[in-house]
Amino acid sequence: MEGDIAQLGQFIGAGLAGIGSGAAAIGVGHVAGNFLAGALRNPSAAAGQTATLFIGIAFAEALGIFSFLIALLLMFAV
Amino acid sequence: MASETHDAAGQAASTPGLPQLDFSTFGNQIFWLLVTLVVIYFVLSRIALPRIAAVMAERQGAITNDLAAAEDLKVKAEQAELAYLKALADARAEAQTIVAKAKAEIKAELDAATAKADAEIAARAAEGEQKIEEIRANAMDSVKEVAKDAAAEIVAVMGGKADAKTVSAAVNARMKG
Amino acid sequence: MATEAHGADDGGLVFHPMDQFIVKPLFGEGAVGVFTLTNVTLWMALTVLAIIALLVMGTSGRATIPTRMQSVAELLYEFVRKMVEDVAGKDALVFFPYIMTLFLFILFANFLGLLPMAFTTTSHIAVTAVMAVMVFLTVTILGFVKNGPAFLSLFWVSSAPLALRPILAVIELISYFVRPVSHSIRLAGNMMAGHAVIKVFAGFSQVAMIAPLSILAVSAMYGLEVLVSFIQAYVFTILTCVYLKDALHPHH
Repeated sequence: MEGDIAQLGQFIGAGLAGIGSGAAAIGVGHVAGNFLAGALRNPSAAAGQTATLFIGIAFAEALGIFSFLIALLLMFAV
Repeated sequence: MASETHDAAGQAASTPGLPQLDFSTFGNQIFWLLVTLVVIYFVLSRIALPRIAAVMAERQGAITNDLAAAEDLKVKAEQAELAYLKALADARAEAQTIVAKAKAEIKAELDAATAKADAEIAARAAEGEQKIEEIRANAMDSVKEVAKDAAAEIVAVMGGKADAKTVSAAVNARMKG
Repeated sequence: MATEAHGADDGGLVFHPMDQFIVKPLFGEGAVGVFTLTNVTLWMALTVLAIIALLVMGTSGRATIPTRMQSVAELLYEFVRKMVEDVAGKDALVFFPYIMTLFLFILFANFLGLLPMAFTTTSHIAVTAVMAVMVFLTVTILGFVKNGPAFLSLFWVSSAPLALRPILAVIELISYFVRPVSHSIRLAGNMMAGHAVIKVFAGFSQVAMIAPLSILAVSAMYGLEVLVSFIQAYVFTILTCVYLKDALHPHH
């Protein structure tokens, strides 16, 4: 399989961008874990906050999706 | 870059790069998306949502009505129970009065019978006493006579003469004392 | 295309994880014009049909004691209505059909896209971006119509120290304009990523030795994707509600 230095750069860049997905996973885990900790402390208030939980997860995840997108762009579009 | 690799790979069927970034298909997607959204919007706002809202309102109404009916029935049942309890109490009171009346009647009868019996007993007792009195009086008289006779005899035996008058007076006086 | 550089001829694994997203005409070959009937058309039509089947045919009985289909329809109705009411407030119920449309379209497109051989319309940025821009424009126009220039107070955080406010205003402004981008890319990216990952795992099943493992992985990913399909529809809708709340009550 022949390639050039630009393709090498693309693949390395895409791999690095993939780290962002892991970072987003940490963020999502933080949100969910803290929600669970709070919910166990005060279960009666938890039900009303599930919407906030999902919004928080969505925000954290969006940034991970951005890095995934950058990886995809490097792989396929540049 | 992508098109170069693409050409190198020799895969003619694929579109260049990421399909999502193939701008030539954007017009098509956006057009059909708008058609879809408009159709869904009209189906929802004209047919589905009002219908579901109506069904749910109807169900709510039915539930409310049923609850009201149940409440009515409950009130009715309570009233029936009250009426039953009242009837029971009335019946009890009536029974009480009947019993009291019967008791009173029986007592009156009993009293009357007792009084009658008492009176009879008293009468009998009085009669008996009278008879005893009579017998006692008769006995007294007999005792007097016997005493007079005995006294006269005694006086005669002792050689005296005693007339009947003095003897009887002396005996009477003695008997009184 | 980078993955195709492997080629089928050199005996290695063949991955075409992105080929499932290609828009192509339903009949014949050729360029995709604006009005061409494509697989996008087909799957969007199926989405519409599925929604009609559930929400119109399902409720045609108008039964007081609901059938199964009707219960599901009512569940969805209650779910979205409650979300709009709780998050955006009672005065946002005017937009309930609009939000319900978005929610149902995304939900059904996501679920239908999970069928094997299916085309996932919501995995395309063109589709999600149109919806996100629609929401963005609705919210912005509504905000200015309802509040006038006072809508700009959304960017002026009055609870912060005065010196920080201009900086915060810039940040808020940027985050406001990033909203449609993140809103659309989140949905498209999630869908794309999930389907691509499933496809990659499916590609591994070409090797007999790891085929059972890959089938297991595909099954697991499929389960996750069902969850993600629903959650992304939910997140898109709830974020729409949150943005609507900003437009209706900008003073936070």
